[in-house]
Amino acid sequence: MWTWFYRLASPPYVYRIAAAFAPWLLGVAGALIVYGLIDGLAFAPRDYQQGDAFRIIYVHVPASSLSVMAYTLMAVAAAIGLIWRIKVAYAVAAAVAPIGASFTLLTLVTGSLWGKPMWGTYWAWDPRLTSELILLFLYFGVMSLRAAFEDPNRGDRAAALLAIVGVVNVPIIHFSVVWWNSLHQGATILKLGKPQIDASMALPLYAMLLGFLLFFGGVLCLRLRGEVLNRERQASWVREAVKS
Amino acid sequence: MNGGGGFWAMGGYARFVWPCFALALGVLFWNLWSARRHHAQALRRAERALAMAGREGR
Repeated sequence: MWTWFYRLASPPYVYRIAAAFAPWLLGVAGALIVYGLIDGLAFAPRDYQQGDAFRIIYVHVPASSLSVMAYTLMAVAAAIGLIWRIKVAYAVAAAVAPIGASFTLLTLVTGSLWGKPMWGTYWAWDPRLTSELILLFLYFGVMSLRAAFEDPNRGDRAAALLAIVGVVNVPIIHFSVVWWNSLHQGATILKLGKPQIDASMALPLYAMLLGFLLFFGGVLCLRLRGEVLNRERQASWVREAVKS
Repeated sequence: MNGGGGFWAMGGYARFVWPCFALALGVLFWNLWSARRHHAQALRRAERALAMAGREGR
């Protein structure tokens, strides 16, 4: 097992397995998302309180889960890069940032569009909404900081530090609805015990959650290949990779 | 399943529901396009770097 783990630190190995995994991840993700969209939009019963507006859940919840998971992965990769000086870990952190930022933006916009008919406003300085907005700024900060340095190694290290410091926002996002009075509802799906959602509504949601997660994996593989190539331009293995 | 018109009207919430789904699909396609473009650009840069290294080596 450790051998496999050590191989993950090898840029040519990661470049190769990312190419092998990407189409499978994207293919299965595509099927799950198509199923989730059809079942969620057309067949799931409307909510007794929110009516059809509740269907926004099928994009809002997968996007928000992914925004937080992606940030956690970015911070872990950044920490691995800083501690063990593994180039691939920095490449993972760099590849995750724009994907995570796009899903955070999607979370904020879909939440805002859901908030208007339910709360009567597109935006409120609510703890959950504000901490999610801070997450978006953290993603932008990490990307800008990396790009601000001429020396990519220094850029990687500075961005890694910010990513690690910013991870404190992750539990704040999750527990904000518990710690403070919030317009946002508490956990109903991703909580221990029995979920408070009927199976006919939950099934397409689980399909979308898994579909978004696999899509993230597939896109990360594609982006990671670019990041690895950018960092290894002078390496001898790149000659073979470019020819193939 | 709702009837045709009812489906598109989304119980009066169409102007909130459909933009969310359109944006979600937009984000998915942007991610796919941008990741492929990022890899293609990195490949071109690597090719240029190799070509330059080859010329300097001669």
